[in-house]
Amino acid sequence: MKHLKAINAKAGLIERLVTPLEAPATGDEPDVVALQGGGPPQQPQQPHIPLGCSLVFSPGWEADRTGGTAGLCQPVERDLFDCHIGCFWPAHVPDMLNHAPDWTKKCAAAQKDWRKIDIVFP
Amino acid sequence: MTVIEARPHHRFEAAGRPFVYLADSASVFGLDDAAEAVLAALAGGRCSRDELAERLTPVCPAEALDETLAELERVRAIAPVVPTETRPDRPKKVFPLTPFPVSTTVINVTNQCNLGCTYCYEYGDDRIVDTGRNGAPKFMTEETARQSVDFALRESGSNPVAHITFFGGETLLNFRVLKKTVAYARERAAMLGKGVDFSLTTNATLLTDEIIEFLAENEIGVTVSMDGPRDLQNRFRVFHDGRGSYDVVAPKVKALLARHRSRPIGARVTLTAGVLDVRRIYRHLTEEIGFHEVGFAPVTSKDARAWAIDGTGMERVLAEFRALALEWLEAVAAGRHHGFSNVRETLQEIHQGMSKAYPCGAGLGLVGVSTDGQVALCHRFAGSDAHRIGSVDTGIDRVAQREFLERHHIDDKPDCQSCFARPLCAGGCYHEAHTRYGDTTHANLHFCRWVRGWTDVCLRVYAELAERNPAVLARFETTGAAEPVS
Repeated sequence: MKHLKAINAKAGLIERLVTPLEAPATGDEPDVVALQGGGPPQQPQQPHIPLGCSLVFSPGWEADRTGGTAGLCQPVERDLFDCHIGCFWPAHVPDMLNHAPDWTKKCAAAQKDWRKIDIVFP
Repeated sequence: MTVIEARPHHRFEAAGRPFVYLADSASVFGLDDAAEAVLAALAGGRCSRDELAERLTPVCPAEALDETLAELERVRAIAPVVPTETRPDRPKKVFPLTPFPVSTTVINVTNQCNLGCTYCYEYGDDRIVDTGRNGAPKFMTEETARQSVDFALRESGSNPVAHITFFGGETLLNFRVLKKTVAYARERAAMLGKGVDFSLTTNATLLTDEIIEFLAENEIGVTVSMDGPRDLQNRFRVFHDGRGSYDVVAPKVKALLARHRSRPIGARVTLTAGVLDVRRIYRHLTEEIGFHEVGFAPVTSKDARAWAIDGTGMERVLAEFRALALEWLEAVAAGRHHGFSNVRETLQEIHQGMSKAYPCGAGLGLVGVSTDGQVALCHRFAGSDAHRIGSVDTGIDRVAQREFLERHHIDDKPDCQSCFARPLCAGGCYHEAHTRYGDTTHANLHFCRWVRGWTDVCLRVYAELAERNPAVLARFETTGAAEPVS
């Protein structure tokens, strides 16, 4: 701090807290990575590759030009794979590790074969 | 355009330089010209950045202004004004984690006194408990005293040391029980692997060689209630027949000070109408009597009493306190001892940046036990059913304690919210508020002007000491033993 000088112990604490916010950017600062804020470094810093539907621009996914789903440039069924593969959001797919390892076996390409996906009963 | 306002703070000058005390964090910062100019400009009311830039151009060029504003905002000295409806909810009241350990147990070993000081809160017109009528025994029995010790050791929780303070009435009227209780407490504490520390408050009239020997040998901290030289002491501190107590007390105190060297011994002065000559009292008690420390407190009373201090009297007390605080500063900056304890206590709180949710430890770290073993908020409420929070045999009543903490939090004192002295005062003494307003939750508004004046004096002394001899501040980093009780 340039214009203020910490005098008592509490001011010293505040100074230590705000000083990192004041340092000019050098370009060496680590990237801001979701879910990794605070605390000591948990793992070596690596380039961060954003994943997930909210980070990828994928037009024509939710609705077509008429507002319906008939003319989507990607089939709605792609959601099924994009969410659980790309977006660590597996709640809507069967448990592939334990109970249904083969549920997509007959589905080579989602756009064409989605009707062949097995229905899995828990 | 963003409009900026200053958060509650107090600007002051020490050693020829500007400083600020921030009420939200209880922090003290030194200011440069730009920061000082910004806060001075905002003292007139909120304004926009551009208005500020226009007003401060000569002192503070635009670039420096933005830098200064950013720094002040980071330490929360200023904040952008946001409309009330979008203002984030105030953080919820933070309560101390319970069971909070009791560090000091004040044991009222008797509710009787051999003096009849007219202003006394325990017997005078403003008393809470009519000790003659409420059925509590006049003297605590050995059995209750032992239970009080067990209570103190048990409720001290994880604290390594339990502090026990003996109180009255006149404490030494029950010296027989006190003596046995000290022995019992040492034995019990040793069995539990805990430390135990003793202190007492007395009017000194009953000191004998035997008692002095006992106090010295057992390293019992002693606070003597004494109001000063003969004419002042004898004004209100009188025996029941109206005879002044000075000539009885002075030689006994001198004998105590000559023999008892194991703990610093302090005097506790009650200031009343006509007994306001703080510096004269201080000199007499330290130089002529020989006390190590002297602490002063204005009498607790309703306005109409003959001994109540009026506004002019309080102004005089502040002027006297200021003069004595400056003496303290000169002595301490030069590495000498000075016994004005009021300034030392406040400086310790300023140094640590203490921000109080409650004005004192009553009902939390400190409790008072009445002669029948009821536990109250503090010794001043001992025996009052309305202020009871447990008993020595059943312990602290955690429901009553929680209810007390809920009702007395600083956030519920609207008058205090905009005051810069809030972190140190937190509304002031519950007993004072009860006497004045009949309500312990009330802020002591009659003292506000005085408290702000005194806080200003202490901040100046603190900042000046930080400039002149910062090494001295290290002594304020640890909290000492339990404060004397009055």
